[in-house]
Amino acid sequence: MDTANDLLTIRNLTTSFRIKETYHAAVEDISLSLKKNEVLAIVGESGCGKSTLATSIVGLYNPVNTKVSGEIFYNNQNLTQLNDEQFNSLRGNHIGFIFQDPLSALNPLMRIGEQIAEGLMYHTKLSKQQRGKRVLELLNQVGIAKPERVARQFPHQLSGGMRQRVVIAIALSCKPSILIADEPTTALDVTIQAQILDLLKALQSETETGIILITHDLGVVAEMADRVAVMYAGEVVEEAPVQELFTNAKHPYTRSLLNSIPQTHSENERLEVIQGMVPSLMNLPREGCRFSARIPWIDAAAHESKPQLHEIAPGHLVRCTCWKHFHFEGEEGGGTV
Amino acid sequence: MWKTIVRRVLLMIPQLFILSLFIFILAKQMPGDPFTGLITPETDPSRIEELRIKAGFYDPWYVQYYHWITNAFQGDFGRSYTYKIAVSTLIGERGLNTFWLSLLSAIFVYLIAIPLGVLAGRYQESFLDKSITLYSFISYAIPTFVLSLIFVYIFGYRLMWFPTSGTVDVGLESGTMEYYWNKIHHLLLPAITYAILGTTAIIQYLRSEIIDAKTQDYVKTARSKGIPMRKVYTRHIFRNSLLPIAAFLGFTITGLLGGSIFIETIFGFPGMGQLFINSIMSRDYSVITALVMLYGFLTLLGSLLSDIIMSIVDPRIRID
Repeated sequence: MDTANDLLTIRNLTTSFRIKETYHAAVEDISLSLKKNEVLAIVGESGCGKSTLATSIVGLYNPVNTKVSGEIFYNNQNLTQLNDEQFNSLRGNHIGFIFQDPLSALNPLMRIGEQIAEGLMYHTKLSKQQRGKRVLELLNQVGIAKPERVARQFPHQLSGGMRQRVVIAIALSCKPSILIADEPTTALDVTIQAQILDLLKALQSETETGIILITHDLGVVAEMADRVAVMYAGEVVEEAPVQELFTNAKHPYTRSLLNSIPQTHSENERLEVIQGMVPSLMNLPREGCRFSARIPWIDAAAHESKPQLHEIAPGHLVRCTCWKHFHFEGEEGGGTV
Repeated sequence: MWKTIVRRVLLMIPQLFILSLFIFILAKQMPGDPFTGLITPETDPSRIEELRIKAGFYDPWYVQYYHWITNAFQGDFGRSYTYKIAVSTLIGERGLNTFWLSLLSAIFVYLIAIPLGVLAGRYQESFLDKSITLYSFISYAIPTFVLSLIFVYIFGYRLMWFPTSGTVDVGLESGTMEYYWNKIHHLLLPAITYAILGTTAIIQYLRSEIIDAKTQDYVKTARSKGIPMRKVYTRHIFRNSLLPIAAFLGFTITGLLGGSIFIETIFGFPGMGQLFINSIMSRDYSVITALVMLYGFLTLLGSLLSDIIMSIVDPRIRID
């Protein structure tokens, strides 16, 4: 793997949670990389481990019941080996984090300006006046009119979209080289979603930040991403450049996801769904192809016994061999085993 | 904000009026009258009758009520039949004693409960947390009078570290430094006893608020800024966790005049709690009605104070 240009390299990352006395892996054996100025989208249904992956990168998990193994390289440092103090010098400074729900992501008792300036206090040597100036600059940058006024306001006085802009301003305050956005638009209504995505895109082209975008919205992926990793039940099942993924998806899960996007112009009046559910952490099949239970009409022999990621085209990785034999239920097709 | 406060104070008037009616009617329903206690074998029954007529005992109830309420409004709650002094003077004296005792107790309560609650919440499920929870449940289970008696016996009677009754030693000149020290010395043991037993609610409240706050999204945001955990606690978790405690503060402040019946009785401390129970025992109506009115007023005031305090500490709450 060419890692020279990588901003962030994740190798064999496994994150497990303790439930009762045993550890269950929520994210298993993930290897991904992020380049400068690139948007890597991570998609999947709820419960597939997207957010766990994100919190593992910045060490925001609860150390009491969480175990992380593998390597995450940033600036020649292995993040999984850092203690809290070392992590603090990276968090907010080199790695910014944008949260899903802007309504609860801000401290209700603290003024907006104060919350944005907090990171600057620990990562920069700016004086109080300089910090105040930088706060106004940031609010301006995220497209908030009247920054002086907003800096003095409390979160409950702002709308959801405004608050998400503030959360983005917090993430950007120390000019991080990596931005992790965990479903940044999920809690917002559609017009505000578009504004926030535009803002993120504009900011990225300005600052050359690498963005890890976590989402379950394929529309967001199409608009924002350069590369996409599709996760299912804690594993990456397919990884491809965005164009390739939308035109030439291979893995049954990816294809099912794409197939379930409602089409306005389609003749088909049915809303396609993927049958079954993402298995819960404790009931996850650890052997064989994890998606097989949701495509029972595919012959068991089509799956690998230990599914691996195969590079089927440059930069296009697919797990398991079942994609070669996959067809939607009721359809003819695919190869025979 | 001032408008709201004035409006709320005006609203108290009808509430207090209804309360006063209830108290008056209930007091009238009690068997006997203040003169019953004065009857001795030597008393001439016609003399008592005379006193009753003079005091307006046979007037219609609304006339009696009118006299009582108009006087009460001017701060005259009548005279105590037991202590033979004006009720307002009596309550003023006792109230001041109780105020100092309760204030010292409340300070001790917060000094013990806030650090313990914070530690228990922060180091949740640790040995420390379990010990603190054990302490708070044991202290909740021990009746006040039991611990009071034990402390009076050990620290007052055996070790003689503290005086066992009264508010100040006889013979000290009022206003001197020694006098004030002596007063505080008298307050310490009852206040400590009260504080040891009175912390449970605050500890447990604070503990669960901290545990709750730890998982809030804004704490994750704070951690994602890379600020030290210590600062995450002081700037984010602690401030939010104190809100429910602040919500009680108004009641705590007005409750300072309430006094504790057990503590005051066992420590021989002439305060409001003791006065209340004694006046019921001796059917000292004028004192009882005045005290119940006062407690009712303090409760209403406490709720207003709590609202004002909340509006100061929580920007989401605005009273206007």
